[in-house]
This record gives sequence, structure tokens and C-alpha cells, in this order.
Amino acid sequence: MIETYTKPKVIVGLGSCGIAAGAAKTYDKLQKMLQEGTLDFELSRTSCIGMCYKEPLVEIRDKNSWVLYGDMTADKVEQTILKHLSKGQVDKENAVSARDFKATEEDFFDGQVKIALRNCGHIDPESLSEAEEHGAYQAIRAIFDKKISGAEVIQSVLDSGLRGRGGGGFPTGLKWRFAAQSENDEKYIICNADEGDPGAFMDRSLLEGDPHAVLEGMMIGGYAIGAQTGVIYCRAEYPLAIKRLNIAIAQAKEKGYLGKNPFGSEAFSFDIYVKEGAGAFVCGEETALIASIEGQRGMPRKRPPFPAVSGLWKKPTNINNVETWANIPWIIHNGPAAYAAYGTEKSKGTKVFALTGKIRNGGLVEVPMGITINDIIFKLGGGIQGGKKFKAVQLGGPSGGCIPAELGDTCVDYDSVNATGAIMGSGGMVVMDETTCMIDLAKFFLHFTQDESCGKCTFCRIGTKRMLEILERITEGKGKESDIELLENLAFQIKNNSLCGLGQTAPNPVLTTLKYFKAEYEAHIFDKKCPAKVCKPLLKYSINPDTCTGCMVCGKKCPTNAIDGDRKKVHVINQSMCIQCGECFNVCRFDAVIVE
Amino acid sequence: MRIHRIAQEKVNGLQPEADLTQLEALFTRYRNKSGSLIPLLQGTQHMFGYIPSKAFEMIAEETNIPVADIFGVATFYAQFRLHPVGKNVIKVCHGTACHVQNANSITDAIKGELSVKDGGTTEDGFFTLESVACLGCCSLAPVMMIGENTYGKLTGKASVKVIRELRKENSSNNQ
Repeated sequence: MIETYTKPKVIVGLGSCGIAAGAAKTYDKLQKMLQEGTLDFELSRTSCIGMCYKEPLVEIRDKNSWVLYGDMTADKVEQTILKHLSKGQVDKENAVSARDFKATEEDFFDGQVKIALRNCGHIDPESLSEAEEHGAYQAIRAIFDKKISGAEVIQSVLDSGLRGRGGGGFPTGLKWRFAAQSENDEKYIICNADEGDPGAFMDRSLLEGDPHAVLEGMMIGGYAIGAQTGVIYCRAEYPLAIKRLNIAIAQAKEKGYLGKNPFGSEAFSFDIYVKEGAGAFVCGEETALIASIEGQRGMPRKRPPFPAVSGLWKKPTNINNVETWANIPWIIHNGPAAYAAYGTEKSKGTKVFALTGKIRNGGLVEVPMGITINDIIFKLGGGIQGGKKFKAVQLGGPSGGCIPAELGDTCVDYDSVNATGAIMGSGGMVVMDETTCMIDLAKFFLHFTQDESCGKCTFCRIGTKRMLEILERITEGKGKESDIELLENLAFQIKNNSLCGLGQTAPNPVLTTLKYFKAEYEAHIFDKKCPAKVCKPLLKYSINPDTCTGCMVCGKKCPTNAIDGDRKKVHVINQSMCIQCGECFNVCRFDAVIVE
Repeated sequence: MRIHRIAQEKVNGLQPEADLTQLEALFTRYRNKSGSLIPLLQGTQHMFGYIPSKAFEMIAEETNIPVADIFGVATFYAQFRLHPVGKNVIKVCHGTACHVQNANSITDAIKGELSVKDGGTTEDGFFTLESVACLGCCSLAPVMMIGENTYGKLTGKASVKVIRELRKENSSNNQ
């Protein structure tokens, strides 16, 4: 590709996270430079390449090379670009990845295999022609050119071993076969883009970066099961994803890729539209999602009948997640064996993970199944921020669980992860260090599920509330001896008496932290101490007389006047008045305030 | 803590008479389309910033869905507001990544600065404080969003500074 450039191309990464880091201002700055005519280059944009921690990212491609620069805020970009383009000097300090030399952040890309994210960060997501240059719509074209039947497509998906990437891990080909076997004139395809797990943003990145891959996947699915309409149910919190999807749909319609008889097919017609969600986590569950599309409260219903038999408007419906759909065109184009070559025996292919929390290289990575957690965190993720100690990782968001550092050698595949008590989930990986309190974290997730419970099942509605109250009292130092047993009992009841995945998995964060960090619970309950020093009511602030200089700053800041002491005399905290707000600790310049 | 709906109590002096005739265009767009209730509510909120109570009646008449059902849908989803909000909505992210990076301290600092509860609006109607689920800028945690602007890698102090500057900008514009 590189040879085709007549003039250098400067590409700015304009995904949501890039824009938040200031990429739009960088783009404006470059545009201004173009208008002023000091330099001649072609300005273009792309989406997230996954390297969120170095945003804004700017890539320069010309005849001879390409270099990806990180931290390119508007004030820094001019200098780097000038140096690179007019003097031909690479700004090695800011180069994060390059073709011709080993740049600072190459480790982040080593070991990644990009299948679902194959075009993210490489193409302009609002340009159909660029997507097509990178292989978009070749798979569906080949299906019609070679007259491949729907059953053969389903067999390919089955052979690839692809399992649902939304978290369930159900074999995709099997799901398609059920929908294909349901006889009906009217069938639907749904793309679940209601990515609600806090800490997961791979679907958003995919939709923002390569919307045509998702559309093509849905078309192939539609052809295979005999559906005529596709619906993308997308979170309203993702305005850029919705905008780019709508642009992509309009482009595909204009080219005749969507609509009646695309790609010379005789009997196939397919249309796609976007439905905006309205903010309800439970709508990630398929029957709740369907209810929401129909305009009702998004509450799950009993299954069977499964959506494959009776789904949207009571017609056979097949629902898959964004990442699953994006894999489909690659599988059809490269063959199921190529996909199944990656991964483990029961979990084939690759998986996208969102690395967040206390990790150095926060971002998006796509790795083959079977890689260990340690490899992801330390090789790709660069380890823990500030050189602290890795404590645990939360996999699968609020439905998942904590995997402690001791189990860092666990392979990332559906079965190994399930064996730890966590779930693969949609791929959020929140990394925690020694300063994270596991009970506080479990409380956070339970707060989330308790808030998001739709209220249909009693155990999910009230049980999670009771569990939350217990956790709250433990973190306030009012925990009782019987609380651990009570938590376990409630967790068991909620898991067994809830209709949908939300309730069935809601206790997971509590159960896994209890399993691996029981000592921390006991420290809260019996010793009234928070080892991570997070739970404020359990902390005791005092002043070290050896380091206190008597500067009086803490005394002035204290909201309850709990600190006594004159100038140049050692201060003392009156424990009965202290409200553990931590202000004195924050303002002390001599590290004289001790927290226990 | 999370996704707190904007406070449901009425804010005096903020309830302007909305021009509900604008709704007609929205109705025409979705007439005779199935599953249009949520888009209708979203469209209404987009116009007015919230869903005025009279709009419920008009949507009921238009769609033949009982008001009770429409109300049920509107209160189920976190997105819909039933009362007007301040001029600037401060959305403090409480996603997992922001939580572990101490998003609570941001909310606490702003609560203190503006003397409002989470979900509340300042007396002058200039700010509304809201806690939201993940804004998708996890690597910049903790973050908040005011209008179109996202502010990342915040501390309590930094967030208060942003708010004071916005106030200052506004008052100098008014003079």
C-alpha cells in the first residue's frame, strides 16, 4: 500500500477516547497547518488502534516508511510533524511504533493477532472505499459469486469454532442453525451493541473503527438463516458509534450492498437499521433487548421459546454481539480452519480485551485464546502503574469475578476462566493493585447490579439489596461474624432463583472475592481494619511526632477542628472528633500523617 | 452511586412553558411505525431536555398507548428525565476504571463546591450534577463530561477549578 502515496499522509486517531484526550484539537491544528500551506501533506483520520494510554495518536505514512506518534496534543504536533516532514527527522522520543526501527511501545503490539479489529485504526471509518481496499464486502461477494448455500455458511461458522463473544460463549454456528431451522417468511438478525459492562469498550471501538465489518457480518448471517432485516441495538451513550454506523449504512445502501438483490444475488434482500438504547444494563440480555426494541420496558422473559423460534415481533431472531459479527467476514474469507488455528481446543480464535484500571498500558488488545493473564498484563499491558504490586484482575465486569495474582497463569479461554469462578464476559479486564480494597470493589459491582436489576425476580431485586447492605456495613466497620455465611447463602439463592443472566451472575464478584480474599473480609469484620486503606470508617489517622514540623497546614484544613497544635509544635489528632476525611493526609508536605 | 437519575423533585422557576407543537413533526416521522415509543420519548427529550408531563398525554393520544404504560417505559430507562435540568450537566463517570481511580472524590468535591446532591441542580439553574456509567475514556480515568467537553485525569481540586472557570466565563460573557 505504501508505494501508492504521492505525498505523505498524516492520519489522526479520532475515536471517542482519542477525542477525549484532545485529538480533535490536534486535527484542527493540522488542518490549519495545511491551510497556511507551510507543508504539503494529505490529512486523514482513523479510529482507535487500541493504544488509549498514548492518545492522541498521529500516524505519518509516506513512500518510505510509517511512524506512529503518541501523546500528540495540539501544542506538540506541529513540531513533530515539521521535523518529520520537512527535515526528514523522526522524533524518536514520541514515536510509539514504526516500520523501520524499534520504537518505544512495540511490545504493546507484539503478540496481538488482529482479526475482529483487523481494520480498526487503519482505515477512515467514514470511507467505504477505504474499507473496501482493506477487504470489506469480499466475503459476502464471494458467497454469491461461488453460489455458496446458507447451510454451507453455517457449517463454516460451526467449523471455525467461533463462540458468542458477548460473554455467553454459546457456539455461534449452532445458534444460527436453530434460527435457520425455524420456518417463517419473516426473520430478524440483531446486533447486540448494548455494551453496558463498566470497563468494557471493545464494541464501541469496533463500531467506531470499522462499522462495515459489522454490517457485512450481519448480511452474511441474514443470508445464512434467511432473514430480511437486521437491527443494531446500540447504547445511546455511544453517539459517535451511532453516527458512524448510520453513515456506513447509508453508504452501503447507495452502493446497493443493502437492499434488494445485492451482489447479483437472486433471492436475497437485506436491510439494516440502528435502534438507540435508552440506558438499561439488563437490555444486554437478549429477551430484554427484544422487548426494548419493541418499545416496552426492557425486562427479560422466560425461555423457551428461545429467540431463534420466537424473537422480535414473535418471529425467529438471531442475536449476536458486535465482536462476533465482526469476526464472521474474516472467517468466511479466510476459511474456518484459519480461524480455528488460533486458540485452544474448546475456545477457538481470538478475543478482544479492554485493559483498564491500575495498568500501565490501558487500551484495547486482541489476542489468541489460550494466552495467560500474566502475559496480557505484563507483556502487552506493561505491568502495573507506578511499579506497584499486581493484586487481582476482574474479568467479565459486574457479572464476572476476581482472579487473584496467584492464578495469573490461568489461560484465557472460556473453560479455564469459568473454572476460577469468573467468566470471560465481554472482555473487560480491570486490573487492581495493592491499593484496591476487594470488599469495596465487590460493593461497587453489587451496587451496579442492584441498581440495574429490572425488578422482575424477587431474589435479584431484594437479594442483591440485602447483600449490598451487608457489604456496606462490613466496609463501615459494623460487620458481624455471621455476615460471610449470610452472604454466601444469599448468593446461592440469587443465582438459583433468577430468570436471566443478570441475576444469575450478580453474586459472582462477591463469591470470587470471598473465595480468594477471605482474609480481607475477616480483617474488616474482626479486626475492623481495611488492609488496602480504602474504607474510610476503618482508618485511623495519627501524626508522627518525628516528622511533624508544626506548620499548621493540616489544622487549618481539618473540617472538624480535630487537630490540636501550635506553630512549630507537634500536632495531635483528637480521635473522637476525627471523621476520617483524609484532608490532613492530602495536605501534609512532610508525610507526617500516618494512616492505619 | 451510579446512574442516578436527575433528581425527581421539581425545581421552581425552571419549568418553562414548552412549545409542544414542535412534537407534531416528530409524530409524523414515526406515525404507523411499530416499536416507536422509545424513539418518540428520546425525540421529545432531545427537544426540551426532559419530557414535559403534557407531552406524555400527547404521545398517548398519538400512539394509543395508555399514559401509564408510557410512564412505565420512561421511568424504566435511566436516560429519560421528567424534570428540567440545569444549563450545564456535569457528568461524572463512575465506571469501573474511574471507580478504582477514585471517581468518588470528584463527585464529593463538586457536591461540596456547588452545594447540591448527586442528581441535583444548583439554585441558579446553571449546573446539574449527575453520575453516569462508563463514558468510554477509561484510560483517562477519572473523567467528567460537561457538554461536549471531556476532562480527564482529574483530581477533586482540578474538577472544582474547571467548574469555577465555567462560571467565570459565563459571568464575564453576561457583562
